[in-house]
Amino acid sequence: MDKKIRIVIAKPGLDGHDRGAKYIARALKDAGYEVIYTGIRQTPESIVATAIQEDVDFVGLSLLSGAHNELFPRVVNLLKEQEAGEIVVFGGGVIPEEDLGFLEKKGVQAIFRPGAPISDVISFIKSKTGSTAA
Amino acid sequence: MDLVEKIRSGNTRAIAKAISLIENETKEKEELIDNIHPFTGNAFIIGVTGPPGAGKSTIVDRIIQFERNRNKKIAVIAVDPSSPFSGGAILGDRLRMQTHATDRGVFIRSMASRGHLGGISTGTSGAIKVFDAAGFDTIIIETIGVGQTEVEVIEMADLILLTLVPGMGDEIQAMKAGIMEIADLFLVNKSDIDGADRLKSEIEYMLMLGSEQAETLIPPIKLASAKNNTGTEELYTSIFERLNLFKNSGLMANRRKIRIQKEIEHIFASKLKEILYTRLNMKENISFWIERVYNREIRPYNFVKEKMMELKKENVL
Repeated sequence: MDKKIRIVIAKPGLDGHDRGAKYIARALKDAGYEVIYTGIRQTPESIVATAIQEDVDFVGLSLLSGAHNELFPRVVNLLKEQEAGEIVVFGGGVIPEEDLGFLEKKGVQAIFRPGAPISDVISFIKSKTGSTAA
Repeated sequence: MDLVEKIRSGNTRAIAKAISLIENETKEKEELIDNIHPFTGNAFIIGVTGPPGAGKSTIVDRIIQFERNRNKKIAVIAVDPSSPFSGGAILGDRLRMQTHATDRGVFIRSMASRGHLGGISTGTSGAIKVFDAAGFDTIIIETIGVGQTEVEVIEMADLILLTLVPGMGDEIQAMKAGIMEIADLFLVNKSDIDGADRLKSEIEYMLMLGSEQAETLIPPIKLASAKNNTGTEELYTSIFERLNLFKNSGLMANRRKIRIQKEIEHIFASKLKEILYTRLNMKENISFWIERVYNREIRPYNFVKEKMMELKKENVL
């Protein structure tokens, strides 16, 4: 059996707007991925613990509160500290264009802003797994 | 340090990776399971099953808390269905257990059914062994939301907790074969809504009818509201009373032996199939054979018999 790609979709921070996260989770399921959905108000610590226990390949973070510059890099760093730096972190939500360079430098490998088509997310995942199958 | 040692030392990363090796049916799987086998058999294994939306994950969350209050290490395997269309899955059970995410004494692993029927996944039994070898005191298997016949969890667990909710039919539903027969303990959840008491008495009625079991083995029925956290401590106490009863009466050992029997049979069956299919060159030949049976040139039983005779002559069988 081929290895299944597993993805955590999590919402760090304090905003409760989970529609985007649920949309992505659902779309990734339809694309053939196993999505672990953790819900709202997660700390970077709980997201990283989840990612490691679930042995995922990707962590997708959704955030609309404006705390992305703080919380996204924190997730990346915690993963590295726990020797799980190979897990790919990407993000989405209301993120101003001027923050993209900063986040990229901090190790967030892709950011999907409002209006980004789901096919972009799937292409990104495929490009990182080097396979066409889910 | 090798993987088995790391698992035994409780290394989170190693445990998680080991489960993936098993779940993905990798070539390392068999050796891994054999190598951890000597270190298993110590954990209590609880199966939590019931229909979708009955509150299984929420009750598991409560059990985790009670176990942690007693300083027990607990692992949860939460199974959710894979899509029959895309093969993808939304694994959302741990959403209700996330307050325990950073607790080092709690390990939650979500598994997709990956086409396996029966309420669990093919990798579930292997994952149980990994957690057992890693020294977890208690392992909970939360099944997919089940209907009437998905009862395979009984082959994995020392105790089955069947979670039901009011409003799903009359006592005739409760009398039917299948899921209602495998419970060691009934939980009527959402006890704050109408009909909980009635459901409890319907289950009681069903259990009283023609039961020839010893009094102590008749499954208790507990009322609780997992969400409001009422009745949960009593449920928890009851679970462990039952487990100890099963352990002391020898019932647990019997069940575990049946489990081992099934495991051995399963390994034999799959290995034999592998040998047979290789020798028959199944992959290449099957479409040709299908055509012949389809066109009524050959008959299925007779055809297989002849093939088996050929293998016998070649001393494969």
